[in-house]
Amino acid sequence: MINPLRSEAEAFRFLIGAIVYFAAIAIAAVAGGRWAGLGVFIFLSAVVLAWWARARRAERPEQTVPRPSAPGERRILVVANETVGGRTLRDLIQQRSEGVRAEVLVVTPALNSPLRHWASDEDGARAAAQERLDRSLGRLRGLGVQARGAVGDGDPLQAMEDALRTFGADEIIISTHPEGRSHWLERGVVTKARERFAVPITHVVVDLEAEREEVRG
Amino acid sequence: MEAHIEAVHHGPPTAHHSSRVNASVLGMFLFIASEVMLFGSFFTAYFFVRVVNHVQWPTPPFHLPIFVAGINTAILVTSSFTMHWALQSIKRGNRAGLQAGLLLTFLMGLVFLLTQAREYSRVGFAPHDGAFGTIFYCLTGLHGAHVFVGLSILLFMTIRAFRGHFSPEQHHGVEIGGIYWHFVDVMWIVVYTTVYII
Repeated sequence: MINPLRSEAEAFRFLIGAIVYFAAIAIAAVAGGRWAGLGVFIFLSAVVLAWWARARRAERPEQTVPRPSAPGERRILVVANETVGGRTLRDLIQQRSEGVRAEVLVVTPALNSPLRHWASDEDGARAAAQERLDRSLGRLRGLGVQARGAVGDGDPLQAMEDALRTFGADEIIISTHPEGRSHWLERGVVTKARERFAVPITHVVVDLEAEREEVRG
Repeated sequence: MEAHIEAVHHGPPTAHHSSRVNASVLGMFLFIASEVMLFGSFFTAYFFVRVVNHVQWPTPPFHLPIFVAGINTAILVTSSFTMHWALQSIKRGNRAGLQAGLLLTFLMGLVFLLTQAREYSRVGFAPHDGAFGTIFYCLTGLHGAHVFVGLSILLFMTIRAFRGHFSPEQHHGVEIGGIYWHFVDVMWIVVYTTVYII
């Protein structure tokens, strides 16, 4: 959610704005009558709304810098949803883990429908994400990669930020479906992650359908 | 026999929370949002009384103490400046500024509340004097209750400030109280403009 009052300084600036806003309306109403006051109210409200919409679009979140990791250790944060069981992703994780003491955290966002999200009904989404995560962790352990997992926030960027705060990743791997099938790519998750996190980010495309065809073939 | 070492976890499990927003700031924001809705319901009643039912405002023969309320408004707005000054002071490590700012804010808030109470005794009408009297006392009284809560918070903050509890690194208690005080001020601006001026 967006919190408009993140600090006392913002609340103070809001107060100053409110004083100017209401003073203008009051002066207009006293000097020009109620219709002048109403006109000023409508005009100023439109100006405030337009400024707020513009400020929201221009706002860039602070870049998150993760905790430093110990020498000789490599911490890899993997963010994946349906592609979390893909062979391409598993191979990349295995490759990155070779020759180092690797710690892998797989975060699966609990993606949910907008209606269920607003109704705070996320139990089903979390359970489904946990199932996908458990299957994937089992496969990774079978390849000798010691990975642990967590179900994250429904917003993949927020899930990454939450994980980075306690797991100081040296690298993030974001796994998506191919372009055209990936909601994350449509929403620019990888691009936004590169702007937001001061950590190298690798984007891997997992084509689950092609992998299944290969297995059948 | 195989030695088996288990990692024992102490304490409650890690809470599931997002890092998106600080919990205490979010809590204050949600509280303020609920209070805005409460004030909104009273303003809705004011709207129906004055605009929909065309009740003359103020209803003759009553008058509103616009000038005294204006002075009170200036006092409350100034108290927000001293509150802001107090917080900026502690961020720079100026404890004396914090203490002076909080004390001034508290005293000005107290003057506001006492002036409002005095005006209630001199205004010449009561809550049961028609819809006008009811709405006037409800809106200003609701705000006065919020000022009282704000003064309680300010009192705790001032006592803690004089006990040296706040520092440039740890002054979250002042920040949260400051947000609430500015909210109280904004609500008074709205009440004064709509009830006294327009």
